[in-house]
Amino acid sequence: MAILVLAEHTNDALLPATGKAVAAAKDIGGDIHVLVAGHNAKVAAETAAKLDGVAKVLHADAPQLEHQLAEETAALIGSLIDGYDVFLAPSTTTGKNVAPRVAAALDVMQISDITKVVAPDTFERPIYAGNAIQTVQSPEAKKVITARISAFPSVGEGGSAAIEAVTAPAAVGISAFEKAELTKSDRPELSSAKIIISGGRGLQSGENFKKYLEPIADVIGAAVGASRAAVDAGFVPNDMQVGQTGKVVAPDLYLAVGISGAIQHLAGMKDSKIIVAINKDGDAPIFQVADYGLVADLFQALPELEAELKKAG
Amino acid sequence: MKLLVPVKRVVDFNVKIRVRPDGSGIDLANVKMSMNPFDEIAVEEAVRLKEKGVATEVVVVSIGPTKSQDIIRTALAIGADRGILIETPDTPVEPLAVAKLLKAVVEAEKPDLVVLGKQAIDDDCNQTGQMLAALLGWPQGTFASKVEPNGSKVVVTREVDGGLETVSLNVPAVVTTDLRLNEPRYPSLPNIMKAKKKPLDTKKPEDFGVDIAPRLKVLKISEPATRKAGVKVGSVAELVQKLKNEAGVL
Repeated sequence: MAILVLAEHTNDALLPATGKAVAAAKDIGGDIHVLVAGHNAKVAAETAAKLDGVAKVLHADAPQLEHQLAEETAALIGSLIDGYDVFLAPSTTTGKNVAPRVAAALDVMQISDITKVVAPDTFERPIYAGNAIQTVQSPEAKKVITARISAFPSVGEGGSAAIEAVTAPAAVGISAFEKAELTKSDRPELSSAKIIISGGRGLQSGENFKKYLEPIADVIGAAVGASRAAVDAGFVPNDMQVGQTGKVVAPDLYLAVGISGAIQHLAGMKDSKIIVAINKDGDAPIFQVADYGLVADLFQALPELEAELKKAG
Repeated sequence: MKLLVPVKRVVDFNVKIRVRPDGSGIDLANVKMSMNPFDEIAVEEAVRLKEKGVATEVVVVSIGPTKSQDIIRTALAIGADRGILIETPDTPVEPLAVAKLLKAVVEAEKPDLVVLGKQAIDDDCNQTGQMLAALLGWPQGTFASKVEPNGSKVVVTREVDGGLETVSLNVPAVVTTDLRLNEPRYPSLPNIMKAKKKPLDTKKPEDFGVDIAPRLKVLKISEPATRKAGVKVGSVAELVQKLKNEAGVL
């Protein structure tokens, strides 16, 4: 079996989602090649070559691939897919954008967001916001799969795969990148953080995220997340949203502050190892999934928590 | 500019679904069904484009059982002009087959823009829009939080993992909607009444020569591992002590 894995990268760096997608490919088993499609992405390709279990890195460099537009990236994958049995992308916004385009062009039905490989042709995937798990078998000759990155621990580094340059087909030219407004932060990335502290509507404002949550995040090295309600209210940007259709996370410790626990939010974090809920409403559904619950006013509890964590540090 | 808006009938987002104990599926008897929330955002966006004078006609299409008429009527009450139902048996139709049917509808209706939800909240696939764009050879603007048609282009701001990204697409194009594109209106009673008189065509997959037999085999549907509620702690100090000594996560 030959598997082509789409690398998640920013041209000048490989992102952790790639190592997790390679881990999912390893569970399927076979010869794993990683495709780094970008522009001036040599560093990303070199990093991908070090991932354990990678037999070869395909490096496609072209101006139209710089921003990983779905139209261009899918055309490239279509030109490379002949020798492969499986195409696998991480369930990031890039992977979700590209993979169905690849699948439709091949006339195969994609298997989205797998959380477990049961057999090389059989997978588990959550449906209904994670309230049910579907076990699905694909008889398709070529399989197109996206893998939920929080469900697969990343492979390590230590490999030294060969890097092969591949030529991108002529630009499709029906779409163009205009601009990106990316959130800059020195804190860990939400999708790979070991500890996450998330705030909800209870925080009441974006200033309160800065005043109450961020200092705690800095004490314990946590990423800061948010519920949909907090993003919709404009407290924080969309890339902080944890939930069914936002980011799905599974850190060692998830602190939910002022979050009531709608099923759509629980879908994004209930696989965390330890969940802590702080909410003034003792009947909030978040307490039904929390290992430790504290019924308290968060504006009193959070400064105390910061002080206690510093002491415990 | 003519707009096509595909909509799906799904279990209402507020319903806590029940998994059948024998693993055969979800118990849908007497469960409230609604329009997929992301599709409702797509309908609202299309209607707003019409109200701004950018769009001239909004056609809504649904693929599903007879009852899907209800959500088409909802879309017509929001402000869409007419509906098409492609009637299928009451079993799931996979995104690939849906995309093929939609391609056939696009070829008949010739819209400039197809606007649909980024994912359905039942199967959580997040595939149909991208697949339709691929089959048509059109560009796609997925996970949209802003849609600005501008002559022969449409500028789409997308919610991506790192923040926001803006792309410019040649028209015709496919746009899939994210949560923050707009807040759908509640249709008024007069508009609900008017919607009952708007045209609604019914078709069959055979009319388009599309095979909707599933490609994937669902072996079983099971309950997820459940989490048990833990303990309530009395103070912040107790919480930190437990996280450190009992859970070992600090």
